[in-house]
Amino acid sequence: MILESLLPLAYLTSAVCFIVGLKMMSSPRTAVRGNLIGAVGMALAIGAACFDRGVASHALIAGSLAIGAVIGWILAVRVQMTGMPQMVALLNGLGGAASTLVAWSDLLRGSSHPVDTLIAVGTTGLIGTVTFWGSLVAYAKLEELKGFREPFSLPGQQVINAMLVIACCGLTGVLASTHETSVQISCYIGIVVLSTVLGVFLVNPIGGADMPVVISLMNSYSGLAGAATGFVIDNNGLIISGSLVGASGVILTRIMCKAMNRSLFNVLFGVMGGGKAGGPTDAIYATVRSTSAEDVASILDGAQRVVVVPGYGMAVAQAQHAVRDLAKLLEAKGTTVEYAIHPVAGRMPGHMNVLLAEADIAYDKLKEMDEINPTLETVDVAIVLGANDVVNPLAKTDPNSPIAGMPIIEVDKCRTVVVIKRSLSPGFAKIPNPLFAAPNALLLYADAQKALLDIVKAIKELG
Amino acid sequence: MKRPLSALPTLRKTALPLLLVAGWLAVAAVVAAHPGHDAPDGDAGRRAAKVSSPADSSKPSVPSISKEDGGGISAKPSRAAVLIGSVTVFVLAVFVGFEIINKVPPTLHTPLMSGSNAISGITVVGAILASGSGRWDAAALLGAVAVVLANINVVGGFLVTHRMLLMFKKR
Repeated sequence: MILESLLPLAYLTSAVCFIVGLKMMSSPRTAVRGNLIGAVGMALAIGAACFDRGVASHALIAGSLAIGAVIGWILAVRVQMTGMPQMVALLNGLGGAASTLVAWSDLLRGSSHPVDTLIAVGTTGLIGTVTFWGSLVAYAKLEELKGFREPFSLPGQQVINAMLVIACCGLTGVLASTHETSVQISCYIGIVVLSTVLGVFLVNPIGGADMPVVISLMNSYSGLAGAATGFVIDNNGLIISGSLVGASGVILTRIMCKAMNRSLFNVLFGVMGGGKAGGPTDAIYATVRSTSAEDVASILDGAQRVVVVPGYGMAVAQAQHAVRDLAKLLEAKGTTVEYAIHPVAGRMPGHMNVLLAEADIAYDKLKEMDEINPTLETVDVAIVLGANDVVNPLAKTDPNSPIAGMPIIEVDKCRTVVVIKRSLSPGFAKIPNPLFAAPNALLLYADAQKALLDIVKAIKELG
Repeated sequence: MKRPLSALPTLRKTALPLLLVAGWLAVAAVVAAHPGHDAPDGDAGRRAAKVSSPADSSKPSVPSISKEDGGGISAKPSRAAVLIGSVTVFVLAVFVGFEIINKVPPTLHTPLMSGSNAISGITVVGAILASGSGRWDAAALLGAVAVVLANINVVGGFLVTHRMLLMFKKR
């Protein structure tokens, strides 16, 4: 009995662990310990739940926990750093699905739920299911599975989505105003089915470049689903933890939107105007100069300050280790090498930082866009590695461009820009990039990793 | 320069909808705790403590027994008080979240995301409570599946975050 009354305190303690853990994420030095504190908090919460008076079948729970732990362990150990966006999308979805099932189970269990609990049940069903299916579609897009490569939307998609939300709210109303368990269950299944459709419809029209926004948003939803579950089972621990995650996702979503100069509404419902604003591609690319690895090597050999601008292409080519090799070589010669990271480079917030950290590149050399832009005039060579739209000067010069107003890394101010790219194909915004034809730009047509290895070889030959 | 976003605009843009939701829930709770205006005397207080009815005004007379009703002398808080407490906790926690997450540098945004994702696996607590009744029925089965899914989220999330953060720590 005494133990029973201590349980809420255990949940509170675990929530405090999460807050302290997240706070320690504010520096790479303390972040590892922060994460461990969060894990301890979770273990505490799971332990407390097992001591709950209503819990009788410990074998079933231990078995389920073990299965989940083994699968989670395997996933976490095997995933490549380049596959991190997919991994996070998948985990987001599983959390959402779990919340949906908990609310469903709670509904099956009792017939005497108060109204607010029933409203929470409906809300959990909506958010949880949208998180699950939205995340699965995001996963499919990130894996570039067939059928998900191209953004797809129905005519009047916004109206359809709005009607689906309204229908779910209506079903929640019915669910909350009846006491027939069978009606409640039917309503809940209806909510799950409609939000399945909604989850797919919400994410399917969104293209690859907007994936950082989608993942952040799903992260937020998975937290909110947890908080809603907390309202279902009257548990403040769940409410606190869920809303922390919800807030975290909202902040990341806002940072991503800001970095693209687009509103969340525009990302979710707007279609990027493809190709119209850029003008004829051939005319723009008439003056492109191509170069060879040997030439780049001799340019780099005399450089004082080099900046690497990585993009999704670096992740695809797994070129982060080759970047490190090149940087080590140049630094040994006394050259300063830094990295300019655009907030939306890659497929999720911080994607490039993780890849470069994997290759042993110190995090203090990774510069944020706002920090490095004012100093780019003093840079001798900028190496654009698989990035495109985030260095496109049209964002500043052409007010009709789809990326107009988007903050970019202003590599056009550097003395020489080396663009390593397999072809002149456009980026996600589907517009040409005048940077490639600029007088100070050189194009090296090659796979990012192979190009870097060739450059390293050529520099070594130079001595 | 370190932070691309100050807390203030986020708070300002988010505070209003949040307060509206909180206010709405509070009103719903109060309505739920006072079923019908016909309850004339002091008995209403005691009834409110034990009974709640739909916020939907078209059906004010259908009562339902609240979760806390354990029988006996009712010293437990009313349903409305519990709900308002929960909403308070929710709103405050969101603000705490904004404050601490804003201090996370962009270089750690991916680990932040996978780490906070693991925290959202807290729903595993609900799953354990749902599956643990001791009866072998559909509800317990759904709960058990939820435990599996949520624990994949928890273990996978914390572990993958740990892997990533170790790479940052090396220097």
